[in-house]
Amino acid sequence: MLRAAIVLIALHTGAASADDTLYRALGGQEVIVRLADATIDASVTDPRITHTFDEVNVRRVKRLLADQICELTGGPCVYEGRTMQESHYHLDLTDAHFNWLVEHLQDAMDRENIPFFTQNKLLAILAPMRRDIVKRDIPAPPYQAAK
Amino acid sequence: MATSGVSQVEGAAGGGLVPWALIAGYGTRDGIGASAHLTHVKVSDFALTTGGVAVGFFDRVELSYARQWFDTGRAGARLGLGEDFTFHQDVVGAKVKLFGDAVFDQDRWWPQVSAGAQYKNADRSNILAALGARSDDGVDLYLAATKLFLAQSLLVNGTVRLTKANQFGILGFGGNRGAGYEPQLETSAALLVSRRLAVGAEFRTKPNNLAFAREQDAFDLFAAYFLNKNLSLTAAYVDLGDVALQGGQKGVYLSIQAGF
Repeated sequence: MLRAAIVLIALHTGAASADDTLYRALGGQEVIVRLADATIDASVTDPRITHTFDEVNVRRVKRLLADQICELTGGPCVYEGRTMQESHYHLDLTDAHFNWLVEHLQDAMDRENIPFFTQNKLLAILAPMRRDIVKRDIPAPPYQAAK
Repeated sequence: MATSGVSQVEGAAGGGLVPWALIAGYGTRDGIGASAHLTHVKVSDFALTTGGVAVGFFDRVELSYARQWFDTGRAGARLGLGEDFTFHQDVVGAKVKLFGDAVFDQDRWWPQVSAGAQYKNADRSNILAALGARSDDGVDLYLAATKLFLAQSLLVNGTVRLTKANQFGILGFGGNRGAGYEPQLETSAALLVSRRLAVGAEFRTKPNNLAFAREQDAFDLFAAYFLNKNLSLTAAYVDLGDVALQGGQKGVYLSIQAGF
């Protein structure tokens, strides 16, 4: 059911997951793994948001982020982590925290020489997830069980 | 991903000519942001300089102030005012975001919509009266809708403005050809070319209230370059149409803006 939910979100944003155009435009699995690693590395060493990773298995987060980007862009992955709300609620994230992590992702995409127009297609898929990640937008638990 | 556009000639966050639904500054919903701008527009016979500040509160409310200097140059002599005769105007603005988020609502069809007001107070009242203007101050009301199609790197904006202002208010408000509020349409489109560069175009209709001089629509083509997170430069080709009997006012718009 979680997979169905993510597919539904992807379809809603116009990125039909049966279509792997964006996945390939980014550079496929190799690049996506590097993007996820670079984004999380930069975030963990960023003094403004490092504290949000204190109780987190960083290697696991990198793998989950790569799985998520891969799946959302039509790649052959299945994201098997918790929902965005469940995994972020207790981190008390703000709009600013979210923006800083996204900047690290943009920097990583720049270093991979991904064209700006292509970068924005990925950002267009990720942007709506802010409301499931920043504390002020997430309803208090308990959540409906992940379907 | 934060964006608030640049500052338009009356001081609100937007394009160079048109106010947008975005709130000035880089403040998030938890904080306060601000911007300051200095703009110079040089067209065939006139020069317009504006400077102003805008403060954004919690990505919800924007307050702005702009001061405008309108130098008639040699046209001043032709109009019998004296060479380099200068009009001034103060513009105090307020804008409230009603709903929507241009950046983060990529999965929703509705735009970010804001309502705004600009109180304008021009000087040289006796001259404005002689030109046929009914008043030297007035309030513009507008509704702006902004949508960022991030997957296409394209921002579009549509604004409806109720105004009586002649030439943005610098030549007073209302006149012998029209005294009441008329809705004006203003639109912008911008293409995000890179993290540092956006190019676009704007179009703005204007009332035609003064019998002595036809007023036309205004148009510009712009490029906005972000030197760094806090500093941007905008250059535009601008066509203001006829202004105060001087035909086809076309020229250059240059603006520097600091954002926080």
